[in-house]
Amino acid sequence: MESLVYIALFAPFVGSLFAGLFFARSPKNIVVGIVNSSLLFISFLASISLAIHVFSHGAVKVTMMEWIGVGDLLIPFGFIVDEVSVSMMVVVTTVSTVVHIYSNGYMDHDKGFNRFFSYLSAFVFSMMILVMSDNFLGLFIGWEGVGVCSWLLIGFWYHKPDVSPEVNPAISPSYAANEAFIMNRIADLGMLVGIFLIYWNVGSLQYDVVFPALKEYAGTVTIYLIGITLFIGAMGKSAQFPLHTWLTDAMEGPTPVSALIHAATMVTAGVFLVIRANPIYDMIPEVSFFIAALGTFVAFGAASMALVNRDLKRIIAYSTLSQLGYMFAAAGLGAYWVALFHLAAHAFFKALLFLGAGNVMHAMHDELDLFKMGGLKKVMRGTYLYMGIASIALAGLPFFAGFYSKDAIIETAFNEGAYIIWATLVLTAGMTAFYSFRQVFLTFHGEERYKEAGLHPHDMYTYVLIAMSPLAILAISAGWFQEEFHNFIIKLLPDYVMSEHTHHLAIYLGALVVVVALVGIGIAYLKYARTGKKAFKQDAKVESGFFYKLLINQYYVPHFYRFAIIEPYKKLSDIAWEIDKRVVDAIVDAIARVIYKSGDASRGMQNGNLSSYLNLMGAGAVVLVLISAIISLIG
Amino acid sequence: MIGVSHYLILSGILFSIGFIGVLRRKNLLMLFFATEVMLNAVNIAFTAIGKYYNDLGGQMFAFFVIAVAASEVAVGLGLLIVLFKKHGSLDLDTIAEMKG
Repeated sequence: MESLVYIALFAPFVGSLFAGLFFARSPKNIVVGIVNSSLLFISFLASISLAIHVFSHGAVKVTMMEWIGVGDLLIPFGFIVDEVSVSMMVVVTTVSTVVHIYSNGYMDHDKGFNRFFSYLSAFVFSMMILVMSDNFLGLFIGWEGVGVCSWLLIGFWYHKPDVSPEVNPAISPSYAANEAFIMNRIADLGMLVGIFLIYWNVGSLQYDVVFPALKEYAGTVTIYLIGITLFIGAMGKSAQFPLHTWLTDAMEGPTPVSALIHAATMVTAGVFLVIRANPIYDMIPEVSFFIAALGTFVAFGAASMALVNRDLKRIIAYSTLSQLGYMFAAAGLGAYWVALFHLAAHAFFKALLFLGAGNVMHAMHDELDLFKMGGLKKVMRGTYLYMGIASIALAGLPFFAGFYSKDAIIETAFNEGAYIIWATLVLTAGMTAFYSFRQVFLTFHGEERYKEAGLHPHDMYTYVLIAMSPLAILAISAGWFQEEFHNFIIKLLPDYVMSEHTHHLAIYLGALVVVVALVGIGIAYLKYARTGKKAFKQDAKVESGFFYKLLINQYYVPHFYRFAIIEPYKKLSDIAWEIDKRVVDAIVDAIARVIYKSGDASRGMQNGNLSSYLNLMGAGAVVLVLISAIISLIG
Repeated sequence: MIGVSHYLILSGILFSIGFIGVLRRKNLLMLFFATEVMLNAVNIAFTAIGKYYNDLGGQMFAFFVIAVAASEVAVGLGLLIVLFKKHGSLDLDTIAEMKG
């Protein structure tokens, strides 16, 4: 079993090195794509076998080597494959295998083809370290690793120039990459403080030592601080308010990256952390409730922003934010297994949605404005089918993946008696259905607005469409295995069962959510899907309205950051630069000038005349003799 | 009675003469003479102090200095002849080539 763990972990790493070391400077080479995809598939097979093994025999623990051993600090490079991490591994490798194969088609014409695969596989490796590590430091290494790969991949098209925020809110890929990286740095500082606090108090970072030891700290300030600081780290990675602005700007990266990193895997790392640290959060119900409330707030806020956006990828990004909010709501309310279940289901249908969006982009020559699409279903049948399935799953219609997981979260909120959270989540479910179908209808139904731009869209390569089918199947069927997943995961995570009262009402609650979702879809259909006289037209009156302006500008949060943080920081930097120039640089320059001037002045001594050298030497000798004589007289 | 101080004074006078010669002379050959005078002034001091302390080390050192001086003169004179052939003069002011 040990070798399977290593295969699952290192196969992507081998792929990354293969692409990075041997093909970094060579032109596009399809071998890279095939080898990396196959290695990912091997990793996927290993993860599946591990899952089967864990199911029947329990967790696998391996220690690869002693990593840091200084004094009392002993941190091994160890991995644990238990119910939680193996679920994550299967999700990560499934989605990334599909995304790797998909990228072969999507990045077909890109100059950085080999580089792209190197980064993408490196990301999967980091993500595997993150989920498999058996201690907080290993988790942190993976955490930073995915951050770096995310930075590399958002800024993949770094050569694009900066534009003003009015034209493109993300300004440029490199700007967006830096924004994501810096926002995550802020959060990672919090997480690092949390890890330090754990080590300071417990003296170890191993999960199996830390969690039992922290039980003694129940009710102390320490445990609250640890919980809060770790959650700050989770907020950054999972883009929760107020550190959420980077996620929509991260859509500047290639679409497979958005599918893999900014929808299915990396952004769920925060949720994973909260699930992993569930013994800590169980002891601090106030913080947990705050997590649930914040998650609900983000779920609602992000969904509202998605209502009006015109950018295909940004809508899906808001939707990701919103669904992450759902996951945090579940985790905060103590239903950790529900959160993990939604994480997995969401990974499948959201990755599918993004890959479908990538197909549309590919067909539309990188056009993302929904208002310039429409009627694409005739020319892109496969993509239409996939995006339809993913949107139904996202909207939470019965028998699709999202229905089971989202319904479980909403039920949990009801069961906990948190009716405000419950009502908000139900309302958000309706909004989710509306915006996801608004997007589908604007893209695939209605008038064929793309013809005005003179485009001739065509569907993606067939092998890419076939490669996407596992995600489609999972987006439909993932929810059917809720009971099995539940029984599997509660061997590790605390169980959460609905009370008898909720159980009776469950059918009505589920029906309510479905009705709300159907209403959302209906409104979207009436407004966006029709053709002819009732076809959708842009309405200037709506677009100048207060709420539209508020939502399209993301509640002015990015503006606030720009004017309250970035601009003052720039001014401060200018001042610091002046100080640097006038004080630090001036001192360094003065030292250099003194040496230069003194050299210039004493250059005349070097006149080539041996006699004058001897005179100087003699004078020096006399002076030395006199000095030693004086010293010996005094001494 | 001639004591050790007389020898040391003689040695000091000879050394000063040699030193001034090194400083003032412009002819390379004269510089050589001046350094020889300084070396021999030191030899006198060595032997006198060696005798004063009944220690043969001083005289031994003087022999060493004489041997080293002899070889130095042999090499130095060879170089002088080459220099003279090249420049036609041994005056330091005229053969100075390096300029800072």
